[in-house]
Amino acid sequence: MGYSANQLKNGLKVMLEGDPCAMQDVEFVKPGKGQAFTRVKMRNLLTGRVWERTFKSNESVEGADVMDRDMEYLYNDGELYHFMVPVTFEQYAADETAVGDAAKWLKENDTCMVTLWNDNPIAITTANFVELEVVETDPGLKGDTAQGGSKPAKLSTGASVRVPLFIEQGDILKIDTRTGDYVSRA
Amino acid sequence: MPDWKPTTCIKSLHKRAAVFASIRQYFSEQEVLEVDTAVLSQCAVSDPFIDSLEVSFRGYPEAEAETCYLQTSPEYAMKRLLAAGSGSIYQLGKVFRNGEEGRFHNPEFTMLEWYRLGLDDNALMDDVERLVQLVLDIGPIRRCTYNDIFKEKLGLDLQKSSTAQLAEAMHKHVEIDMSLDDRDAWLNLLMSHLIEPMLKDESVFITDYPASQSALARIKEGEDGELVAARFELFVGGMELANGYHELTDSQEQQRRLSADQQTRKLLKLPQRPLEQRLVAALASGLPDCAGVALGVDRLVMLALNASHIEEVIPFTFRNA
Repeated sequence: MGYSANQLKNGLKVMLEGDPCAMQDVEFVKPGKGQAFTRVKMRNLLTGRVWERTFKSNESVEGADVMDRDMEYLYNDGELYHFMVPVTFEQYAADETAVGDAAKWLKENDTCMVTLWNDNPIAITTANFVELEVVETDPGLKGDTAQGGSKPAKLSTGASVRVPLFIEQGDILKIDTRTGDYVSRA
Repeated sequence: MPDWKPTTCIKSLHKRAAVFASIRQYFSEQEVLEVDTAVLSQCAVSDPFIDSLEVSFRGYPEAEAETCYLQTSPEYAMKRLLAAGSGSIYQLGKVFRNGEEGRFHNPEFTMLEWYRLGLDDNALMDDVERLVQLVLDIGPIRRCTYNDIFKEKLGLDLQKSSTAQLAEAMHKHVEIDMSLDDRDAWLNLLMSHLIEPMLKDESVFITDYPASQSALARIKEGEDGELVAARFELFVGGMELANGYHELTDSQEQQRRLSADQQTRKLLKLPQRPLEQRLVAALASGLPDCAGVALGVDRLVMLALNASHIEEVIPFTFRNA
């Protein structure tokens, strides 16, 4: 499926120089007497690079077979991460590059969004908030629920976060995956 | 249920009507005559980068269609009136441009175009400034030549820059796949992609356009002896608001430019459309010395209302009409 410059719009996924890219900001530019252009801010879905490109009105661009699907995270076999579409039980395996930083927040049986390109996972997006167990931290300081201060804690996924001093090993914490910050005890 | 509601709000329509009223009052006081020329014509604009919408006229429903064109500006018709002795005139009405759709564009839009006898481009800028200040709360509008704005905003000296250097300056900011042979295309890209956004907090008349971008303006000698177009554009809030000329009155030069546009269209594989020979004939019979300008009224209302999309100031956009 190809698109002409005037069909470009936010969210459209296209192929550029062999990589799938997502359009983030599309603007029609036409000086009164000059040629028409479509100026687009794009993100390369494989590398994450964001850049600007302008298309002439008679240029066309190939669509990319990219879709986002909600899946359940199953397990890591030491090399690949396995996901399943809950309704159909279809399974997908993603490598480390595709999973990227999301690996820090992946808990078995949690639902996350898997971006597929030609039916292969290229990116994983976890929910904005996840609940994870503390597996290692210094003993909690009783009665310190109001005071400031923090300490490191290691979570069940291997991620390390700063937590308040009163947090104990075995506590379940709510984490904001966009910032990697502790939010509260779950 | 289809979405039947207007894209603007009724309050904005009141502002829009007030802008129309101020425009008419201004020209009434100035004793400039209001005219309303045909929107539908057998001829189309020659400009290679302005595409006319085609309309099929039929003598009776089953008859073979005659192709007509919706006017992209009332310029040709108004010049025929000027040559016929109308005196200074203005027109406030709809024009149509194929394919133009976006935040600042709607294929059907409202244009104010006016011609003043005996004025040149400089005097016409004073006139534009007075009119715009009736609607917008802006101070005196700075004037800056085309060459100087490139120096000021991009550090480019156009008299010393090759087309390859212009392309290189563009590629630093935005990627584009375009051949190097068309210098004006690169100038337009730099202007629309880099300079215009830098003008978002100011109002400026850009004057003395390159002679190669003269359109229907006469050629004059610029500050440093270089031949330039007696053409200006007004930018307010980073938007191209008006485009004016000290009008070309030489019919032979007019004929040459129409033919050159047609040649460019052929080269670029753009549609060949009937040229308005009645314009050439009108100039041959004598167009009085005058300056003229076209102003995008929807954009003027956008600025008055601080709107970010044209849909906020027109009742129904193309996709809702």
